[in-house]
Amino acid sequence: MISLHEVSKSYSSNDGIFQAIDSVSLTVREGSIHGIIGPSGAGKSTLLRMMNVLELPDQGSVIVGGQDLTRLPEHRLREARRSIGMVFQQFHLLHNRTVSGNVSVPLELAGMNKEQREERVKECLQFVGLLDKARQYPARLSGGQKQRVAIARALAHRPAVILCDEPTSSLDSVTTAEILDVLRHINETLGVTIVIVTHEMEVVKEICHEVSVVEQGRLTDGFALEVRAQREGSRAKPSYREQLLGGVGMPDV
Amino acid sequence: MFDFSLMLEKFMEFRLQIAEAVGETFLMVGISVLAAVLVGLPLGTLLYLTAKGQLRENATWSLILNGFVNIVRSFPFLLLVVFMIPLTRLLVGTAIGTVAASVPLGVVSIAIYARQVEQSLLEVPRGVVEAAQSMGASRLEIVYKFLFVEARSGLVLGLTTSTISFISYSTVMGVVGGGGVGDFAIRYGYQRFETELMAAVIVLMIVLVQLIQFAGSMISRWLDKR
Repeated sequence: MISLHEVSKSYSSNDGIFQAIDSVSLTVREGSIHGIIGPSGAGKSTLLRMMNVLELPDQGSVIVGGQDLTRLPEHRLREARRSIGMVFQQFHLLHNRTVSGNVSVPLELAGMNKEQREERVKECLQFVGLLDKARQYPARLSGGQKQRVAIARALAHRPAVILCDEPTSSLDSVTTAEILDVLRHINETLGVTIVIVTHEMEVVKEICHEVSVVEQGRLTDGFALEVRAQREGSRAKPSYREQLLGGVGMPDV
Repeated sequence: MFDFSLMLEKFMEFRLQIAEAVGETFLMVGISVLAAVLVGLPLGTLLYLTAKGQLRENATWSLILNGFVNIVRSFPFLLLVVFMIPLTRLLVGTAIGTVAASVPLGVVSIAIYARQVEQSLLEVPRGVVEAAQSMGASRLEIVYKFLFVEARSGLVLGLTTSTISFISYSTVMGVVGGGGVGDFAIRYGYQRFETELMAAVIVLMIVLVQLIQFAGSMISRWLDKR
């Protein structure tokens, strides 16, 4: 579904050149929930933002749905982005539009007519359980509700993929579980591929099928999570693989 | 200090001239507001877009636009009016009168409001632009479906502040025969030693400015759902 081939990105600042992403190759299987985990500043978000080319890699290619997004002319890239939903840590809703207005935005951009838009907005809000809040403004909603609106917005244009950048990191644990349920439901019933960047181990344990570990701009590990074995770690500082798998070797993905 | 009944009396005595002066002020300020919205809004948007790190980063255009705005705003206004006489003649055929006075006023209005627009747009969180890009919005769509929507209360408040400045600027347009309330107060009140008349006109202007600020604040608050 999504493959990154040897992508790299560096930024130059006053302190010299900072290598944010160093030659990473990564494949996200169609229909899976793929976690990207690692410490702060490791380059997880940069990697995610490469998947819809919000961040253009210096080198390498980004293949989504069979086409290399880095080589598309601008209008084709914009079209391709419409089938890639995105959800952010800080929601990034339009505060001056109602809940249904927010979900309607991607459909307006796609040029859908008003009747079809209203119907689709209703469907999406129903899906995330917020139909009763349709006419409210985001300022009146809780964090979890705002994130569900953002998910409905990402879902509106029937995307094949939804990219989530720390979707639960500003939410409490109960709300986190709610949001993860919604995402899992989307994956299971609609077959939407989901990529989640997070620094929260619980999030990965809870819903991811596969996980990639990013540390200091490099992909340091990648494995499946379908079978989990439990074993107490013996080393002082277990790796992400060990924390998630309990130290049992699993086939790499 | 002032004899209020005398103020009222003078005001009534000159009510026709005052009404005419108010009409001239409205014409000049109206043209300025129109110029601010039609030209200042797009110009301010370009100031925002061409700045470093923004969607249409362009050092040359940024320098040109900032240069224009800063130069116009740093001119002592009366000198700008005189300096612009040739251009005014070219545009409206004469450099004298209310319409002619609106030309330099309009130019200043554009510069003042453009800066206000830039500031309002800068207050929109960057994430909103990013979300817009992730949805495949074009630059134009990002501007009018995202930036203007989120900045709208600031844009209205900025226009309110600007309009009040335009009124202030319009008071000196007597020098090119522009007329207006300020000119009336100076010629009839100050120069003819009719202090009460001058005071009455100043009160009228205070009321006018209060009304504009009140209306602007109301609309802005109504538009702000954040």
